[in-house]
Amino acid sequence: MRWVCIVFPQLALDGVLRRTPEPEAPLALLTGSPQRRVVQAVNAAARALGLRPGQSLTAAHALTKAFASAEYDPAEIEQWQQFLAAWAYRFSSQVSLRYPRALLFEIESSLGLFGPWPQLEARLREELTGLGFRHRIVVAPNPAAARVLANAYDGLALADNGALRQALGQMPVDRVGLEKDAATALSRMGLRTLEQVLALPRQSLARRFEASLLKHLDTLLGERPLALAFYLPPDRFAARIELNFDVTSNQALLFPLRRLTGDLSAFLCGRDSGVQRFELILEHVGVADTRIKVGLLSAERDPSMLFELARGRLEQIQVEAAVRGFRLEAEDLPAFVPQHRELFDERPQQSLPWEQLRERLRARLGDDAVQGLRFQADHRPECAWQPLPTSTAEPLAAAGPLRPGWLLKAPLPLPEQAARVLLGPERIESGWWDGADVRRDYYLIETRAGRHAWAYRTVGESGPLLLQGWFA
Amino acid sequence: MRGAVVALDTLLDERRVWKGRAVAPLVEPQSERQPSGHAPLDAALPGGGWPPAALTEILIAGEGVGELQLVWPTLARLSARGERIVLVAPPHVPYPQAWLSAGVDLRQSSVIQAPPRDALWAAEQCLRSGSCGAVLCWPQQADDRALRRLQVAAESGQTLAFAYRSLEEAINPSPAALRIAVEGRPAQLRVLKCRGGLAHSAPIAFSTGH
Repeated sequence: MRWVCIVFPQLALDGVLRRTPEPEAPLALLTGSPQRRVVQAVNAAARALGLRPGQSLTAAHALTKAFASAEYDPAEIEQWQQFLAAWAYRFSSQVSLRYPRALLFEIESSLGLFGPWPQLEARLREELTGLGFRHRIVVAPNPAAARVLANAYDGLALADNGALRQALGQMPVDRVGLEKDAATALSRMGLRTLEQVLALPRQSLARRFEASLLKHLDTLLGERPLALAFYLPPDRFAARIELNFDVTSNQALLFPLRRLTGDLSAFLCGRDSGVQRFELILEHVGVADTRIKVGLLSAERDPSMLFELARGRLEQIQVEAAVRGFRLEAEDLPAFVPQHRELFDERPQQSLPWEQLRERLRARLGDDAVQGLRFQADHRPECAWQPLPTSTAEPLAAAGPLRPGWLLKAPLPLPEQAARVLLGPERIESGWWDGADVRRDYYLIETRAGRHAWAYRTVGESGPLLLQGWFA
Repeated sequence: MRGAVVALDTLLDERRVWKGRAVAPLVEPQSERQPSGHAPLDAALPGGGWPPAALTEILIAGEGVGELQLVWPTLARLSARGERIVLVAPPHVPYPQAWLSAGVDLRQSSVIQAPPRDALWAAEQCLRSGSCGAVLCWPQQADDRALRRLQVAAESGQTLAFAYRSLEEAINPSPAALRIAVEGRPAQLRVLKCRGGLAHSAPIAFSTGH
């Protein structure tokens, strides 16, 4: 077993920074009662201005006013941790959130699929950076050791227990996750590193310290298993971004939208599912929320495609009231079936498959914009065609009587004088059973300009010919 | 410095050099040929058919002069090969029976309903995507710029593009690679412009199928 521990040193800060388009701007997270606001965390730019965690807000404002602030919300940290676990679920089935602000997952069994560790590590780092989370990654033979080593190392990968013992030995005693009292007592005894502690006889350690110390040391060395509760991904996805200011234009919502759809895609990859319907919800103050439904014809999970489709729907909406919050909810997560691709594609220059093109057109033009055509076996011309969401399989019809290529949506009086009748009359009489009874005589007519028209006169009437199609 | 030496054949094959002869001989490889299915027309066109990966403009005085019969053989051939046929904002309903008896596989055909403003956008998207075999559109009030966009999109997506426009537009210049006027009386085709060759001045007889 090899365990990966990913520690997120500034999870709260990253959670706020990733929803702003300029993560480089100074930002401080605040906590405490309204009377006494305290700076909890700062980013690098704010640190350069002189802000420090633990300062009161008054002191910080005395230094500078040029920083943005946000609330430090423990619930939000929990939510980000859940999201990261959903992301990691893609790489391993054993994901644990045992330690705060850290992810643990077993990787040995996944290496066969994802390639050797350096390759997987590069991929993990790339994805985390794309999602906007700082991280430190350590691999160790057991989960507790991985967590402890992540305190001091980044990028360390230990294969066996010998190397693990050596690396652990170098750790200072106050960084190995011991209880505070025990760590203080050990350092007062002159023991600086774990190696010195491990060199002591077990009996004397057992006599001088509580049982939890030896238990912890055994767990670190892998001699005592650590029981972990594993993460189970939820069946639905919901994410919310609170906007710190009133947004009245669609354009300002695009950056949060890109984040939300990106998160949705990361979640779906972890679950190995796709999304067929999701909802964008714009929260207003005092007015009911605007809900935008996005529906797809097949399950998808490509982040750029989800973003583009959601954007197409969003841009059609006129934002009526100022938006304060932005949510994305997806309830229906069917299994994702990747598109079948030919190994040797006949059109190598093909950049966008038809399915994606169809979704793009539907997103902008409306759900019914793209139709297939179907032949309906009916003699009445207006009943002989049917729009369909997609073209379905059907046998090719045998050659029938001559029919025009164009059919008018509604019959019109013939616009030009008929020069001569080329064919006809052909009697079409049908539909007595469903109430739309027709009895018509159809003629193929050539007009003076040489256009070929299909026109009819209802049997028994003597009005002008009605044009119903063109032999185009 | 010496100028780059370019083989004459390459230049001719790219159709960038205009030749005074009426019709260039067949220089396209067979696989790239897009025969129209009308032998007299193919004979009059350089390359023996529609210009591949380019915009073809079909100018008509009104519906019913055989403008669909002009492209049906091509659509039938493409749809039989499994290529997609897209009609962007057609002026009327395509009568399935007629299209089927012309040999067009309706399973490969799609109709896009779009308001005039979005129709050009939709056509451009379809052309650019490269996932369609042929795109037919009916641009209304399309200016030179819009047609140029369609032409560029057809090139980048390697797709046949057909734009139906009114015969009154014949006097305006157009970036289309091929411009054909379909006349009803007498029933004939006139090639107004074709890239890579001198436009065939004599009208070509065009018999509609009934």
